Amino acid sequence: MLHSDFESGGLSMKYLCLVYGEERKIGEMDDHKCLACDAELRAGGQCIASEALEPVATATTVRVRNGRVSVTDGPFAETKEQLAGFYLIEARDLNEAIQIAARIPPAAVGCVEVRPIRPIREQPRTGRSHD
Amino acid sequence: MPAADLKQRIEGVYQSESRAVLATLIRLLGDFDRAEEALHEAFRAALEKWPAQGVPENPRAWLVSAGRFRSIDQLRRQARFDSFDPLTHDTAADETSPVDEADPGVADDRLRLIFTCCHPALAPDAQIALTLREVCGLTTEQIAQAFLTPVPTLAQRIVRAKAKIRDARIPYEVPAPADLAGRLESVLKVIYLVFNEGYTASSGAELMRLDLASEAIRLGRLLVEMLPQTEAIGLLALMLLHDSRRAARASAAGELIVLEDQDRSLWSRAQIEEGCALVARALATRSPGPYTLQAALGAAHCRAPSAADTDWNEIVRLYDLLLRIEPTPIVALNRAVAVAMRDGPAAGLSLVDELLAAGGLTGYRLAHAARADLCRRLGRNAQAREAYSQALALTHSQPERRFLERRLAQLAES
Repeated sequence: MLHSDFESGGLSMKYLCLVYGEERKIGEMDDHKCLACDAELRAGGQCIASEALEPVATATTVRVRNGRVSVTDGPFAETKEQLAGFYLIEARDLNEAIQIAARIPPAAVGCVEVRPIRPIREQPRTGRSHD
Repeated sequence: MPAADLKQRIEGVYQSESRAVLATLIRLLGDFDRAEEALHEAFRAALEKWPAQGVPENPRAWLVSAGRFRSIDQLRRQARFDSFDPLTHDTAADETSPVDEADPGVADDRLRLIFTCCHPALAPDAQIALTLREVCGLTTEQIAQAFLTPVPTLAQRIVRAKAKIRDARIPYEVPAPADLAGRLESVLKVIYLVFNEGYTASSGAELMRLDLASEAIRLGRLLVEMLPQTEAIGLLALMLLHDSRRAARASAAGELIVLEDQDRSLWSRAQIEEGCALVARALATRSPGPYTLQAALGAAHCRAPSAADTDWNEIVRLYDLLLRIEPTPIVALNRAVAVAMRDGPAAGLSLVDELLAAGGLTGYRLAHAARADLCRRLGRNAQAREAYSQALALTHSQPERRFLERRLAQLAES
């Protein structure tokens, strides 16, 4: 029998929580706080994946138009384009990441921003000390 | 060998080998800054050892080995490396083991360096700065001066580009065959932008800055030598043919001289011959792209004994081909000017007016200059004056300004 999602015990939803902030202020924070939050949420079964990103200067934007891949420096620029989804991928280097990004269907109508993941677990920053 | 001769010999080796040594060191050490430091260390070692040992038979291999050895040694002394560092396991490196020249990697290192510096994930101005710095070996100060950019701005641009190469992990490789065409386009664009910056000097006092045009030609030669693709050959031809007119393009006083008024005896025959041969070679591949077609246009001009004897039919035909692969208003404008030469100024003017009416060229100074010139030829002086004034308002180059002002003055007198 079908049951309403509003009933308790109904299917849970998944949400993507996007973190925004001025890079300087975010950079001054202690990564261990974020890692503790992550551990707590995971223990409660509430976190599926979490990662930190390298600064926006490392971003590359991939578009496919008329079958041709175009690669440009920086994050997507057009204000009409809204965040619509994400793929967390594994690639050998940026060239492979670009090839994969170009295969993501919306790259043909919008764009895919490729941004490296920062190794927050392997190299956590303690805050303020870094530049 | 006397000390002065040896010093000169080492300087010669620096000129001819330092970029290739750097390219290989970047691959071996995996880091631009460390490779640059290692390069300096290698030449310091040469200055110490070559006076006694003599110049080695293969200086490049010697310098690569010395640079790598000293870089690794320095890391060991600093004891900063950890188990993640692949160099920890590289115990074979020492100053006496030359790098194997037969290693297919070595020959490709300069190509790797070019493709990495011109990676489209780097900002276009960063690609240019990094290419001139790393591939051509120009100093930051030289590049800043050539682009009329403050030194700290340019230095910052290079630092950021290197950081992105490291942090986004832009690989040090020649692209796979499937990606080569697209990536080559970005390399050719960088070379052509450098050339144009040197050739036209779109702002600033002098019409031509010789160094950048020559650097671009040198880069083009290097690329063709390593990767003889049609469009690479086409670009080299295009640059040589443009550059062949260098001496005729400006008067002794630095005033601009248009193509039809140039003293053709000043054109460099050697460059024209080389350029024309390259055009033939590129056209023979039967897949001409925009650079090859533009070079073919340049060749048609260079072959003509005078402006009147130019084969305008051929030039219009080449513009038709170019317009098919690059349907931009600027190509259409150039075609219109060629049509004016073939069929008379009235035919050209109606095409230019159509293009201006379409709106894409309103802010383009050369569209107004072309319109002005055609009106002048038709004796429509009032319209010509108006169009020259519009062109004048849009130009930033001093010689161009003076040229347009002279034309305006001539019209006022007539």
